[in-house]
Amino acid sequence: MEWLIAIVIGVMTATGVFLTLRARTFPVVLGLTLLAYAVNVFLFTMGRLNTGLPAVIDATQPGYADPLPQALVLTAIVIAFGMTAFLIVLALKARSELGNDHVDGIHLAEDEESLKSTVPPKKAIKRSGEIE
Amino acid sequence: MNFFEFNLPIVALLPFLGAIFAAYSAKFNRLTAAYTSAFFTILALAILSPSLIAVFAGETVVQSWPWIENIGLFFAFRLDGLALLFALLILIIGLLIIIYARYYLAHKDSMGRFYAYLMMFMGSMLGIVLSENILQLVIFWELTSITSFLLISYWQHRKDAREGARMALAITGAGGLALLGGVLLLGHIVGSYQLSDILLQAELIQSHQYYEITLVLILLGVFTKSAQFPFHFWLPNAMAAPTPVSAYLHSATMVKAGIFLLARFFPVLSGTEIWTWLVGSAGMLTLLIGAYTALFKHDLKGLLAYSTISHLGLITLLFGFGTQLAAVAAIFHIINHATFKASLFMVAGIIDHETGTRDMRKINGLIKYMPHTAALAIIASLAMAGVPLLNGFLSKEMFFAEAVSASQASVLAWMIPVLVTIAGVFSVAYSLRFIHDVFFNGEPQGLSKVPHEPPRFMKIPVDLLVIVCLAVGILPMYTVAPILQIAVTGTLQTTPPEYSLAIWHGLNLPLIMSILALGLGTLIYFRRKYLIRNYERHEHISAKSLFMKTIDQLFSFSINVSRSFDKGSLQNSAAWIIFASIVITAYGFLSFNSPLLGDRELMQLDVVSLIIGIIIVMASIYTVIWHRQRLVSLVVLGVIGLVISLIFIKFSAPDLALTQISVEVVTIILLLLALYFLPQKTPREVGKSRLYRDLALSVISGVGVTLFTMMIMSREFDPISSYFLNNSVPGGGGTNVVNVILVDFRGFDTLGEIVVLALAGIGIYAMLQNLTLPAPCNDIGGRIWSKDSHPVILRTFSRLMMPIMIMVAVYIFLRGHNLPGGGFIAGLIASVALIVMYLANGIDWTQQRLRVDMHLTIGFGLLIATSTGLVAIGLGYPFLTSAFSHIHWPLVGDFELASAIAFDLGVFLVVVGSTVLSLVQLGKLSVISHEKQANYNDGLSNSREVR
Repeated sequence: MEWLIAIVIGVMTATGVFLTLRARTFPVVLGLTLLAYAVNVFLFTMGRLNTGLPAVIDATQPGYADPLPQALVLTAIVIAFGMTAFLIVLALKARSELGNDHVDGIHLAEDEESLKSTVPPKKAIKRSGEIE
Repeated sequence: MNFFEFNLPIVALLPFLGAIFAAYSAKFNRLTAAYTSAFFTILALAILSPSLIAVFAGETVVQSWPWIENIGLFFAFRLDGLALLFALLILIIGLLIIIYARYYLAHKDSMGRFYAYLMMFMGSMLGIVLSENILQLVIFWELTSITSFLLISYWQHRKDAREGARMALAITGAGGLALLGGVLLLGHIVGSYQLSDILLQAELIQSHQYYEITLVLILLGVFTKSAQFPFHFWLPNAMAAPTPVSAYLHSATMVKAGIFLLARFFPVLSGTEIWTWLVGSAGMLTLLIGAYTALFKHDLKGLLAYSTISHLGLITLLFGFGTQLAAVAAIFHIINHATFKASLFMVAGIIDHETGTRDMRKINGLIKYMPHTAALAIIASLAMAGVPLLNGFLSKEMFFAEAVSASQASVLAWMIPVLVTIAGVFSVAYSLRFIHDVFFNGEPQGLSKVPHEPPRFMKIPVDLLVIVCLAVGILPMYTVAPILQIAVTGTLQTTPPEYSLAIWHGLNLPLIMSILALGLGTLIYFRRKYLIRNYERHEHISAKSLFMKTIDQLFSFSINVSRSFDKGSLQNSAAWIIFASIVITAYGFLSFNSPLLGDRELMQLDVVSLIIGIIIVMASIYTVIWHRQRLVSLVVLGVIGLVISLIFIKFSAPDLALTQISVEVVTIILLLLALYFLPQKTPREVGKSRLYRDLALSVISGVGVTLFTMMIMSREFDPISSYFLNNSVPGGGGTNVVNVILVDFRGFDTLGEIVVLALAGIGIYAMLQNLTLPAPCNDIGGRIWSKDSHPVILRTFSRLMMPIMIMVAVYIFLRGHNLPGGGFIAGLIASVALIVMYLANGIDWTQQRLRVDMHLTIGFGLLIATSTGLVAIGLGYPFLTSAFSHIHWPLVGDFELASAIAFDLGVFLVVVGSTVLSLVQLGKLSVISHEKQANYNDGLSNSREVR
């Protein structure tokens, strides 16, 4: 079982690192999210693996899982969310300032085809008050 | 508590308070800034004045409070004669400058900013002269560097102002660093940073092995600040500041800070050969260079700047002589220089103000247009030249006398009187130029306006200063003698030697030197044309250009160094970071001698876990494989997050599972919203080699992390958490240990974390302000987005589900202390509930019904969390100590109420606020973008480009 978890962490790290090294912001954000998963599970395993021993005080229970890594990971998950949210908005900001989503902020002469495709067709649809 | 036991810190800190009020009051009326500053200055004088009696009685007032005792830092202030003299100079001349600047500044100049800077500078200067603790002195010293930078660069739109300010900051800042070193060594030698202790230890300090290095470091601070050769060149470039600033900084304050320090440490550092050489030669060179260069400056302020340098050199040279009488002369000259130089700078400002130029080749014959100002300038200049019956004459005579008595010191010392006489000659010549070239010498040339007398109140400060020059010059015994006496006592820390302030000492060598200087100086002035031509031929060799060149070279050097590491590519940097971590970890692995795996009994693998593991592995890999199709990879990523929550459930972490699953939902919604504004596909743009490099890095990282995790998990360990398990119920009043750790044992950490979350939320809000991005009208397959954005079924169900989800959140929140749950999880569930409402019904609809400002929610959350901690402090417990008791609720039963639940409520609110704020802002973005697009289309129907 330990091997399985270790391999899971390893694979998430590897894929996270690979995506972090991409040239566009969105894959980088995905990569960092994957890395965050890996780190969270890794931190969690520092308390070793236990089944059926939640850290809720109960006299009938034979023992408890280590609550400290759990407390750390709980906040880590929430902070990772904050970081992801901040990063992705930073990516949006970068795209709005630079016209493309390259991580190095290079001013490409011509943005990718998708930006052109955002030029709306003849009939603009006026909508308001929604989230797609 | 007696008020006179803590008035000194108030004097030093009051100007800072004044700065705030000055800046604020300028919002209502620009002139109130001046009045506010004047008020605070007068107030500081009033608070200082009661202590005058003690100081004039010969006492030293020390007011000290421990600050960081174990590094020797005290919040300590001291008032002796020297400090009092400087404090009065700073405050009184400061007051005059405040009045003067009110008329000097133009309408477009921001009064509030000017006076705020000026007051902060005044406070910093007062801090230096009133400090008892020398570490605290260094803090104020740095503050003067920073505030003078702000003052010099006050006209930010001017390049010369910015460059001058930067140069002043670079040089005085570097000197400040050296001074800090010197001060630390001095404190180390003495074992105390209090001046009262240090000033008694002259022998100990001078015999210590670190004496030389301490002296050099402190002198570096002094010389840079007081513009001594070879650091003098920042001062003329600081003339780009508004003239009131120059008048203040270069007469009584900034440059005198160095001189003050020289006087302060005079009793303990002077008297050695190295002191005489270093201080004396720096002073002499500065004196000569300043006096010589001043004559050739066509700019009025340039002339005054070099004259200031020369007079600072004179004072430094006097301290360099190292005798007690020389110190008397130095202190006397500090007073005199402050009065005549401040008035001359103000005159220069008046002339600039009334003629529009400071070029002495253009301004001539002004005596006809402004006779009053001319009279003031002539008297002040004569004082600067050292003409009898004016204050400059007295201290100059004392200076010449000291030079003569120093001439017996060594074989070459006969040169001293000769050199100082030469300096005297030039100082007469440039003073004469200030008088003759400006007020006589024909008619003004090419002025844009006809000059006339300035407003009355602009002259009053000059009037007062010139009266002081005259009064001190004619009746020294009845004017300056008492303050000079106590200032000298304060400097020397003993009873000063006998000295005479009489005007007539008989026909002696110093008087002959004076006469010689006056005669030759006049001669040189009238032969100046030849000299000026000669000077201009080699003017390009200046210390400034050398400095600029050095700075440029330093810049290009550091740019080259950073370029060789940072190629401006995030990918590159990230790869290096990962590579470096791999190298460091590999070193760790290689130097690890025990077997790779420990002997802890491993857990049996079961089929369900295996399937879950395989799902995560497959999903991770497919996230990478499909990463060019962004939507698909995002969906696959969501699978991983959800499945990880199963891992947490399996291995006894229900809190984590709940958190993970709710965070996952929010994250994916957020990324989906953002993806709407990003390209839907990632282009292929890397070469094969780059791909292999990245693959190698990631595979090595993955293998390394796997092995590392296994090494840890296969070993037994001794957890530190038994304390938490044992004390959770008796100490924290809750059975859910994870939650008790979060809100109680490690509550401070949690507080920090929710602050980060709050910052992220507000940061996102700030970044999305005024951001517009073109919204795509069709998806990746060319299909137009559905117009039916709020399907009826979703809408109906969301409204039905809303109360249930909120109820679940409340339940999870309340039980959190004892069972899995708590503020974080409840906050996330509530956020999901709210976000679903926004999604299903639209922002407008929801906000009409949910009139809650998420900023306020975040703020209240932080407030509640912090105040529960503060309540504990108020009751005398450490920050964030919790209390709890059991209460009986009807129906619900026995219920435990811990103060930690209030803290948890804070956590809850911050989580809800940040999450909803981020997502709703992102949602609003799409609304705005669509509206823009629609407007855009209406306006320009045939355009092809959006940006």
